[in-house]
Amino acid sequence: MTTTSPLETYLTDFADAAREYQVARAGRDPDWIADIREEALESFRELGLPITRRGNEEWKYTDIRPLVRQGFSAPTFSEDDASAALDLESLNVGDAEWHRVVVVDGRYSAELSALNNLPDGVVTGSLAEAVHSETDAVRAHLTRLADHKEQGFTALNTALAADGALILLPRMAAIEQPIQVVYVSTERTQGTASLPRTLIIAGEDSSAAIVETHVSTSDEAHLTNAVTEMVVGAGANISYCKVQQENESTYNVSTTQVEVHENANFRSMAIDIGGRLTRNNLTVVMAGEGSNSDVRGAYVISRDQHVDNQVIVDHLVGHNDMNELYKGILDGHARSVFHGSIIVRPNAAKVNAMQVDKNLLLSNDAEADTKPAFWIYCDDVRCGHGAACGNLDDDAMFYLRSRGIEEEEARMMLIRAFVSEIVDAIQEPSIHEHVAALIANKLDNL
Amino acid sequence: MTTVDETIQDVAPESNQELKSIAKQDYKYGFITEIESDTVPPGLTEDTIRIISSKKNEPEWMLEWRLKAFRHWESLLDKEQIPDWAHIKHPPIDFQDIIYYSAPKQKEQLSSLDEVDPEVLSTFEKLGIPLEEQKRLAGVAVDAVFDSVSVATTFKEKLAELGIIFSSFSEAIQDHPELVRKYLGSVVPYTDNFYAALNAAVFSDGSFCYIPKGVRCPMELTTYFRINTENSGQFERTLIVADESSYVSYLEGCSAPIRDTNQLHAAVVELVAMDDAEIKYSTIQNWYPGDENGNGGIYNFVTKRGKCLGARSKISWTQVETGSAITWKYPSVLLQGDDSIGEFYSVALVKGRQQADTGSKMTHIGKRTKSTIIAKGVSAGQAENTYRGLVRVNPGADDAWNFTQCDSLLIGDQCGAHTTPYVEVKNKSAHLEHEAFTSRVSEDQLFYCNSRGISVEKAHSMIINGFCEEVFKKLPFEFAVEATRLLELNLEGTVG
Repeated sequence: MTTTSPLETYLTDFADAAREYQVARAGRDPDWIADIREEALESFRELGLPITRRGNEEWKYTDIRPLVRQGFSAPTFSEDDASAALDLESLNVGDAEWHRVVVVDGRYSAELSALNNLPDGVVTGSLAEAVHSETDAVRAHLTRLADHKEQGFTALNTALAADGALILLPRMAAIEQPIQVVYVSTERTQGTASLPRTLIIAGEDSSAAIVETHVSTSDEAHLTNAVTEMVVGAGANISYCKVQQENESTYNVSTTQVEVHENANFRSMAIDIGGRLTRNNLTVVMAGEGSNSDVRGAYVISRDQHVDNQVIVDHLVGHNDMNELYKGILDGHARSVFHGSIIVRPNAAKVNAMQVDKNLLLSNDAEADTKPAFWIYCDDVRCGHGAACGNLDDDAMFYLRSRGIEEEEARMMLIRAFVSEIVDAIQEPSIHEHVAALIANKLDNL
Repeated sequence: MTTVDETIQDVAPESNQELKSIAKQDYKYGFITEIESDTVPPGLTEDTIRIISSKKNEPEWMLEWRLKAFRHWESLLDKEQIPDWAHIKHPPIDFQDIIYYSAPKQKEQLSSLDEVDPEVLSTFEKLGIPLEEQKRLAGVAVDAVFDSVSVATTFKEKLAELGIIFSSFSEAIQDHPELVRKYLGSVVPYTDNFYAALNAAVFSDGSFCYIPKGVRCPMELTTYFRINTENSGQFERTLIVADESSYVSYLEGCSAPIRDTNQLHAAVVELVAMDDAEIKYSTIQNWYPGDENGNGGIYNFVTKRGKCLGARSKISWTQVETGSAITWKYPSVLLQGDDSIGEFYSVALVKGRQQADTGSKMTHIGKRTKSTIIAKGVSAGQAENTYRGLVRVNPGADDAWNFTQCDSLLIGDQCGAHTTPYVEVKNKSAHLEHEAFTSRVSEDQLFYCNSRGISVEKAHSMIINGFCEEVFKKLPFEFAVEATRLLELNLEGTVG
């Protein structure tokens, strides 16, 4: 492998940490997970991190060399708990009424988590504990969807992820309040990488709204390399909202792999307002007929923020509907990347798919790069895509001004309206309220 | 709705059957012309280039340029930087197995059409390009390139009266070296890409055209390309310069005989438009596509780019791509002058085992620049069709405007249609819209036609023609007719 020496050190550091971690866990974790970690470590050694962009379509517009140069160190696995001193409400992560799994600096916090009044059979909490206690569903699905043989970041997470969250919904479970997974990085993680892992298994005909939040308590730079795997069972109705509200020095690479089974309804929402560099790899595999996916995202970024959304929707079978809409507002020197791929496999007939990315540029120093792509191997489909990029509509502006609305206010109205198309699609009122407030706050601070 | 669906079900099995009996339509331009040709043995070394250059009696600067290009190409080959990003598959090309120069043997320089080898002339007649006819009737000036060299240029004198230079590239190097030297490689430098470097090193002929200030070229200019010799590659180069306030409409057509080996066509086209000038460039590409099992056929790896150098200049590309085993081309426009306009209209039809990866690049550099991309892809049989495009708005390109539409139609369940558009915006005042749609021929439309007594095949043809009409109407009138017919011929037997 041809690598620069900082990357070499980096890789060695992580590989050593993974090795130490495995030694430390020897005899404590079941063999199957130890084997997978070993395999992932091997892949990570081979794959490294994608610093070469030449000929690498997936990383064409996102340069992770700054991330490498920062030299984040591998996480330390101290047993002491950082969560005691933490006031979650001050972090503005959402509604206190929600069910919560809280992971602080890579460790599950029983104190901060709130998991009362969940229906029978619902399992939520620490993923590490579930692995340790050999929960069958965890063994069946953990690392099944996120491929650690292809992606360096996923391999790294798989080799080193110490803890994370598990949400297991049995058949027919209907959860009324949203379930939230909060990953908090405190100042203790300064200069280090955290590797949260989430596993969500929604049984047949279950329904729930799930929020995954990444937040930091300080302004210090850290690296979050998260992997989430989700199985949406037949007939299930699941909405998943991922909120990136970490500080603006932080690097966040999140990989989310979703498998949607027949007649299921899956809604995904990516909200990106924080982070120095955010990369979301979302893959939705449509594995059963008669299902419906609605994949949305909103990014409001400014200063030197960089947000890259890679969204793959892979139709293995037909008779599915899919709608994808991402919208971004860019100010300052911000840069956004959207790379959508809709794949329709041979014989996956009767697929209806729509994919759109729209950007509003508020600054001449901002840059939006968009690539909405199709890979279609079946004739009986209806697939469309669109992309638009522009400034505020002069006519709309004139209309508002002619009604006596101040210029600045008119401008804000139009900007808010632009992004509301995404936010207003959130059906759960308390999540909607939370996200709308976060975005309004960010718009005020552009 | 159920009744419609049921009716469709009735129609479908039959049409499916016919869909499977894919494209038996013969390639009509596949004959081989038995003429003596002057051929350099296969292989590529500096000597090959020196031979080509000396055969053409080229000046020293031309040879130097070729050699620089060759060394660059060799370095790319050494570094294995052969483009592999396109959505196409082919075995590695053995560049030492290609004949880089093949010319119909001529005793001396021709001064009129009458002196051209009658065999060559009759070839062009078979192709439907009767030079004599066109000379008198159609009012189209034709430059015909046979294998590697230009054999005849019609209407040259009439054009010369207006100061228009329209000649083969070799003649232009002799007669107008200052113009060629100034613009050659100014739009597509030899460092541009692997095949552009190869072309720059070995190009054997092509067309050169210069329209002086304020002149509106009174007739369509045409170049006809044909590859005849087996195992030969064709590497022609076209350079068109439209000076201030001039206008030219230019059309190229292509064909090749049926051979069971693949032949490489790596051309370069450069267009330069000065202030207020307009160039309209149309292509009807019907190279031999190979047989139904994917044997033989032309690899059409072409670099085409126009530069809107002057303010208010306009470059418009129109292409109808029905031939070639593999098509790899992205006619592009660099919108450098303020208020300049770039357009790209394309129909790409693939059937059998053809592969096409084609689209356009629009680079907005000047202020208030506008670009339009309309690309229609039709895939049938087991063919793969990819639209690949880039619209880039540079930081200084205030008030740039782009509209892109790339639609695909799929005929049969074995083919693929892919779309990979790139949009890069670095200026907040840019206004860009992109839309694309992929589907098969609408069942409702087919049902409507069937219910009016129109056969499935005719209905498909009508619907597909309608799908492509937006592009066809951009072609010069007489060629629009040809394009429509070509599409129909290619679709015969492909659809139910």
